[in-house]
Amino acid sequence: MLITCPYCGPRDVIEFTYQGDGNRARPEPASQNFEAWNAYVYDRLNPAGDHNEIWQHSGGCRAHLRVVRNTLTHEISSVTFVRGHHGSASRPEAEDRS
Amino acid sequence: MSPRRTDTGGRIDRLKTIRFTFDGTAYTGHAGDTLASALLAKGVILLGRSFKYHRPRGLLTAGVEEPNALVTVLKGEVREPNIPATMVEIHDGLVAVSQNRFPSLAFDINAVNQLGGKLLSAGFYYKTFMGPVVGPLKGTRFWMFCEHFIRRAAGLGSAGSAKDTARYERMNAFCDVLVVGSGPAGLMAAKAASDQGARVILADLEPRLGGSANWTGETIDGAPAADWARRTVAQLEGRDNVRLLPRTTVWGYYDGNTLAALERVSDHKDQPGKGEPRHRHWAIRAKSVVLATGAFERPLVFPGNDRPGVMLAHAAERFANEFGVLPGQRIALFTNNDSAYRAAVALKKAGAAIAAIVDVRPEPSADMRELATEAGAELLAAHAVIATEGGRALSGLKLQRFDMSNGALNGEARSMHADCLLMSGGWSPTIHLASQAGARAEWDAARQAFLPPKPAQDGPVQRWIGAGAFTGSFSTAAAMAEGRAAGISAAGATNTPAALPVVDAVPGDPDPAPVFEIRASGKSFVDFQHDVTAEDVRLAHREGFVSVEHLKRYTTLGMATDQGKSSNIPGLAIMAEALGKPIPEVGTTRFRPPFAPVSIGSLAAERFGDLRPERLTPMHDWHLANGATMYSAGLWYRPMIYALAGETVEQAYVREARATRESAGIVDVSTLGKIAVQGPDAAEFLDRVYTNMFSTLAVGKARYGLMLREDGLAFDDGTTWRLGEQDFLMTTTTANAGKVMQHLEYFLDVIWPDLKVHVTSVTDEWAGAAIGGPKARQILATCVTGTAVGNATLPFMGIVRGRIADVPVMICRLSFSGEMAFEVYCGAGHSTHVWEALLDAGKPFGLVTYGLEALGTMRIEKGHVTGAEIDGRTTARDLHLDWMLSKKKPFIGSAMMDREGLIASERLELVGLIALDNRPLNGGAHIVEEVDEANPHDSIGHITACCYSPALGKYIALALVKGGKARRGTRAHVSDPLRGRFGPVEIVSNHFYDPDGNRMHG
Ligand SMILES: [Zn+2]
Repeated sequence: MLITCPYCGPRDVIEFTYQGDGNRARPEPASQNFEAWNAYVYDRLNPAGDHNEIWQHSGGCRAHLRVVRNTLTHEISSVTFVRGHHGSASRPEAEDRS
Repeated sequence: MSPRRTDTGGRIDRLKTIRFTFDGTAYTGHAGDTLASALLAKGVILLGRSFKYHRPRGLLTAGVEEPNALVTVLKGEVREPNIPATMVEIHDGLVAVSQNRFPSLAFDINAVNQLGGKLLSAGFYYKTFMGPVVGPLKGTRFWMFCEHFIRRAAGLGSAGSAKDTARYERMNAFCDVLVVGSGPAGLMAAKAASDQGARVILADLEPRLGGSANWTGETIDGAPAADWARRTVAQLEGRDNVRLLPRTTVWGYYDGNTLAALERVSDHKDQPGKGEPRHRHWAIRAKSVVLATGAFERPLVFPGNDRPGVMLAHAAERFANEFGVLPGQRIALFTNNDSAYRAAVALKKAGAAIAAIVDVRPEPSADMRELATEAGAELLAAHAVIATEGGRALSGLKLQRFDMSNGALNGEARSMHADCLLMSGGWSPTIHLASQAGARAEWDAARQAFLPPKPAQDGPVQRWIGAGAFTGSFSTAAAMAEGRAAGISAAGATNTPAALPVVDAVPGDPDPAPVFEIRASGKSFVDFQHDVTAEDVRLAHREGFVSVEHLKRYTTLGMATDQGKSSNIPGLAIMAEALGKPIPEVGTTRFRPPFAPVSIGSLAAERFGDLRPERLTPMHDWHLANGATMYSAGLWYRPMIYALAGETVEQAYVREARATRESAGIVDVSTLGKIAVQGPDAAEFLDRVYTNMFSTLAVGKARYGLMLREDGLAFDDGTTWRLGEQDFLMTTTTANAGKVMQHLEYFLDVIWPDLKVHVTSVTDEWAGAAIGGPKARQILATCVTGTAVGNATLPFMGIVRGRIADVPVMICRLSFSGEMAFEVYCGAGHSTHVWEALLDAGKPFGLVTYGLEALGTMRIEKGHVTGAEIDGRTTARDLHLDWMLSKKKPFIGSAMMDREGLIASERLELVGLIALDNRPLNGGAHIVEEVDEANPHDSIGHITACCYSPALGKYIALALVKGGKARRGTRAHVSDPLRGRFGPVEIVSNHFYDPDGNRMHG
């Protein structure tokens, strides 16, 4: 499986670490809503089809990526930075020093 | 009369003699021989004993699908079992032994299983051994009693216990077109694709590329097909854009057109070349794939079809044409299709007498009659073989008239003498890889076979094209045309008509008669390797197994190491007949990787052995030069002990720990994870990450911290130093350094992107030495400049900066050993210099170096926890660290840590143990209230760490024990049946030594 890191380009899955279901919503830190905490820690969607996942490019730029992956075909339809401020999804051009 | 080597023919090198042994007997063969062909040439036809009944077995095939002739290859102490003799290339010094026989292949006492054949019918194990005890000889208990004997009797080769010292490696490869299979179709595809400029990889599991061209005896462009193949291979070899991979089994087809292959690099050599691995695992990413994997010939199912001397027709043809070996002198053939006639002619040409061709079909074509005449064979149409005769080798067979319209046998049975019987039940395309890629096979009534469907070419995930026998095109001419078209199309070009090589082949209709089984009395084998008979399949049906998946599991049909390559279709056909359904409605099972067995070593590759990465501390060479015995801890290497001459491990660590507590000791702690946590929100971030407060920590001070996971269980611990208002240095345990880093990054990137914090791993930038003991401060006082180290300047958990031997250092006064202790950090490049300066300064004070064993001993004496106790199941409370759980703020895990199950009173809690019998304890041993050596039960916990404590003069341990705190002061027992260690212990507090911390506070 290849994941196209918006920063590093297409890389083998071996460079990435799966960091869980991207649909989880963490309650506010002080929240006492136990149901919400339980859902966040344990409930997973496990769809047969497109799945919203978080992967870290741990063997590369270490950014966390939001990946939409089809669990039946492994087809990846979208990869974006989880954190907005990484800038554009295209790889920065090397400066021309010649 | 027996098999023999022919004087001419075959592609072996008769001038090169190779010596090897099989079952202790020395044999010779020729370069190019497989173990199968070399033994066959010497008249050895008994090569194995069958799985259940221990029936004598010989070669069924000449290739990877061989179910019978499995051998164990020995390389020194290392044994590799279950390799088909047909896949072992002989080399000087090869040592192979047969399997599943006791005491010898020729005389096997377990063959009496044949007499009790009923006993071992389908489902025997389930029926006899599973479920409740009903009577004395039934049920699970009875199974436990019999298991030892049955496992010995039923089975394949045994695995060895010697460490495999061979090297394995992994390789990634990329190409435009991967061609799997190098027969005429595959060669044409590779050539056509490379003509288009595509980067091509051509892989074949055989050592010699060419596939069927090597043995069909056909001619291509006027030359023997084998010569055409050799020329084409030579041509491809010279191309920069082609990589040839012989001896390479493509065994897995994964998503994104990633294929896994195993290259047997040096199995065929007596010694691997310099730097050469034994096996190489290939991960091949191909833009498109041409599957030209050919087809497997099917056996016919009839009584006695497993007797040594009965083999597949094409296998005999292959032995004769490729290896110059005649499998018999007087050969009979039994077929339901035309392909066996070519084999008959080939064997006649090679020098055998063809006794008869027995054909189930009433009217073989005129072409076939002509071939039979050419072979000098009596043609017995509308006949079938109903039995074979002989003991451990075939001596003859019995025939009867056969009506294929209803399967009836009639007329007088007739005997015929033959020392070899060749059978052909038609051909099954090798669709395994396509099936793995998700294609559903389609039944073709004419071919009587499952054919791969036309794959969808617009999908983004798999792109493959089939060619040759794989698609059911069994003639060489058709295979070459398809191969060329597939190669061009796979390369992304448009196929244009062009002249193809001219093939001169014997005629033949590719469609067999729909006959799979001859029903007569006697054992008729479907799955040779698992000893599944036609009757077993019917029995399973009678007992209600109607799904093919259930049938497989119940009878174990197709579940042996050959994965039913020869047995699946006959088994399915018999099942279909029993169900009264057509074959496609019964369905076929989906094939899964691997296509053929894969060495575990090739998958582990560089993760083990000399290619595994190593992490060395900057003082590593010093440790080695100064007598350290090293441990590997994860990827790290760390000193275990610095033994003096003649010391045991225990003597060494006891001496080191004792000297530390009496004067001073120093240990390399550079492996601790170190993370710089910096930024305006760093303190806030640490408050969220740790259970205790860090925002209140003063600059120049350190604090011990505990992290939980989101689910409330303990995760990691360590000290974090506040170097500046916005600058912290976090330390983690050695083992969790990477995990903690990812944990922090995840929360900063995903959960709290608003926090202005940067984390950087600085583990490798800092070297660390911990120096502790009553003399430690005096030692530092003599060598540290630029700062005082007394209580006022450097109190407990204080941090100072100074110099040692002109090198800037950072010193924190903290203690793991329980002594007055300091951690001295310096830039990694200066570490040995600083380390030696500390040792010099310590010499007058009796400073010793100590290793991980003494470190562990002192931490057990102090009752500190490590990964053995923070094992992913324990909570802060279990470890008596609840004093660290801040009530003033939320932190990761705080919402989940008070769940019912995590605060229950019967949880495993950390305790100390003292051995009352003054004998060593073992890590992992169970703790019980009552000892019952014969029938250990009711564990109340286990030991996590143990040592001899020089401070207490006793064998002690840390343990996790149910309701542990409340048990302090009571007795229990260790129960360690695996190591035979039982004995009384006292349960005490985990703080064995100096519980009030007077020593470290000074
Ligand atoms: Zn990246």
